[in-house]
Amino acid sequence: MTVLIDKNTKILIQGFTGKMGSFHAEEMIKYGSNVVGGVTPGKGGLKHLNLPVFNTVKEAVNQTGASASILFVPPAFAADSAMEAADAGIKTCVAIVDGIPSHDMIKIKRYMRRYSRIDKMTLIGPNCAGVISPGKAMLGIMPGHIYKEGRVGIIGRSGTLGYEAAQQLKNLNIGVSTSVGIGGDPINGSSFKDILEKFEKDEETDAVLMIGEIGGPQEVAAGKFAKENMKKPVIAYIAGLTAPKGRVMGHAGAIVSAYGESAVEKVELLKECGVTISKNPSVMGETVKAALNGKTT
Amino acid sequence: MDIHEYQAKKILSGFGVTIPRGGIAYSPENAENKARELGGSKWVVKAQVHSGARGKAGGIVLCNSPLEVAQATDKLLGKKLVTNQTGPSGKIINRVYIEEATDIKKELYLGLVFDRSSESIMVVASTEGGMSVEEISKEKPETIIRSKIEVAVGMQQFQAREIAFGLGIDPKLISRMADTIIGCYRAFSELDATMVEVNPMVISNQGQILALDCKMSFDNNALFRRSQVSELRDKTQENPNEVYASDRGLNYVSLDGNIGNIINGAGLAMASMDMIKLAGGEPANFLDVGGGATPEKIVKAFKLISMDEKVKVILVNIFAGINRCDWVAEGIVQALEKIDVKVPLVIRLAGTNVEKGNKILKDSKINYIEANTLEDAANKAVKALGK
Repeated sequence: MTVLIDKNTKILIQGFTGKMGSFHAEEMIKYGSNVVGGVTPGKGGLKHLNLPVFNTVKEAVNQTGASASILFVPPAFAADSAMEAADAGIKTCVAIVDGIPSHDMIKIKRYMRRYSRIDKMTLIGPNCAGVISPGKAMLGIMPGHIYKEGRVGIIGRSGTLGYEAAQQLKNLNIGVSTSVGIGGDPINGSSFKDILEKFEKDEETDAVLMIGEIGGPQEVAAGKFAKENMKKPVIAYIAGLTAPKGRVMGHAGAIVSAYGESAVEKVELLKECGVTISKNPSVMGETVKAALNGKTT
Repeated sequence: MDIHEYQAKKILSGFGVTIPRGGIAYSPENAENKARELGGSKWVVKAQVHSGARGKAGGIVLCNSPLEVAQATDKLLGKKLVTNQTGPSGKIINRVYIEEATDIKKELYLGLVFDRSSESIMVVASTEGGMSVEEISKEKPETIIRSKIEVAVGMQQFQAREIAFGLGIDPKLISRMADTIIGCYRAFSELDATMVEVNPMVISNQGQILALDCKMSFDNNALFRRSQVSELRDKTQENPNEVYASDRGLNYVSLDGNIGNIINGAGLAMASMDMIKLAGGEPANFLDVGGGATPEKIVKAFKLISMDEKVKVILVNIFAGINRCDWVAEGIVQALEKIDVKVPLVIRLAGTNVEKGNKILKDSKINYIEANTLEDAANKAVKALGK
């Protein structure tokens, strides 16, 4: 089992019959993901892309045995859909959508506290590209072909910067075990630390590349976790050296509002935790390569 | 989204927070009449701009007669107020708030923010009002009281009481202070705010607890369900290019450098700006056209960057995934047929069908410098500055 998903993971599309849901469902199926159906309230009983449509996630889970889902639902309804997935017993849910209010994200996370650790859903995102385990399955919107199969884990906030990293690795003939986009929002389903924990346990991962940015405490919290709990090397790049304080840089969460949240400060704090730093975004691949060979740059 | 002080005060007063009496004015006559209406013998004229530290910048004037109120208003209106938060260009004063002066006995600090580590709402209070919270944490950290609120059940009376006692105020005022704090919490939580700051919260000589200055910011992602908040947006307080961008669905932040950027994705945009800086240049802006980089967005982005006179070189960096490079290249060519770009242009495409994309650009009539990697693009952009 790789991190979060594998070839056999049964996947549901929430917001299946919409334009976004249909397009990306087809892309995922083409990649080899085991999509078993979808949910669009009011369209239950229909067939879409030759797959069954259900009215509720619970019904879909009961009939298909799905354990993962991906949300293509407008931001105003996304919190409701995520809670519905959690309640139906979905284990991994990816929220692609950008624009969920922070108060709603807090609500989802409080709601999920009702489940025991074993039954609890892992929420990835929102405002992210999703999860891919190259050669196995894709639960996201990334271009699958830029990822080579391999043994490096990637965790990142940004979609396109994650693609840039995957391509740099591929050019150096280095592959990826799983890439997880945790999203650019201030409050997200899973943090860098949550995913690092999974990679440390994963037998198919040798090292982890963490692509962070300005704003929030999560990168540094992950660095502390790596120092205390990890044997595998962690390499990091933090974007936003030139970002002015107090301004939101595209991602709702990319805002420097306290000490330790700027790129320079995060880099310093991560170094103290023994994390290898990629000096600039052009050498993410090379820095991973050097770390895999036991060298530091 | 930010709002003005008087708007924040009006909102908080709806949640049971007491504010000094006052009114908004758009002209000196208007202001003088407001002062007479309010009565009393001392008034404060407060410039309404989206910034703190207005006092130090001359934006807050104490007046002893309605005539002085009119004169102060005349001086402020139409002027750009430059504070340590506005940047050198300042912010235009289009309205002033006339308030009765308060006899201050004690100044306190009260702030509410999202705490990203605990994913809850954090209430911060201090006995040292009137200073910024950064100054308080540096100079008097021992005076800071913090309380994490469980959002599922909201703020409890005892939590507000603990803060009130912690502030060491007259025991007779505890219950009123607790109600005030809970009022601020309710405004935060019921209106999708991201920040509420009352600084200073004062105790007057008459024993009243008053919100003397207030700031509120709101979650842009929640404005769709907060029409009473979104209608308070004042575009005159925002950078005009940023308004143009946000109205067209672009993520744009104006900066001080001279290399303009058009990039898809916020992370890649920040990374490209980092590369420009490391190559010895300075970015003129942050601009994310969205992961998809549709031709429509690219046209809008070129229009926006062309409006910025600081820009001496434009750097385009697009990583095309499902939207292939050939499609993106066609978008760029179309955009440049519509917009006359007079400065050197560096284009770096990466991802799906990159060869096809580069060929489309080469075969077109556009005049540009091709770059292959992030580093190459940044170096070429900085080099092009010298030409």
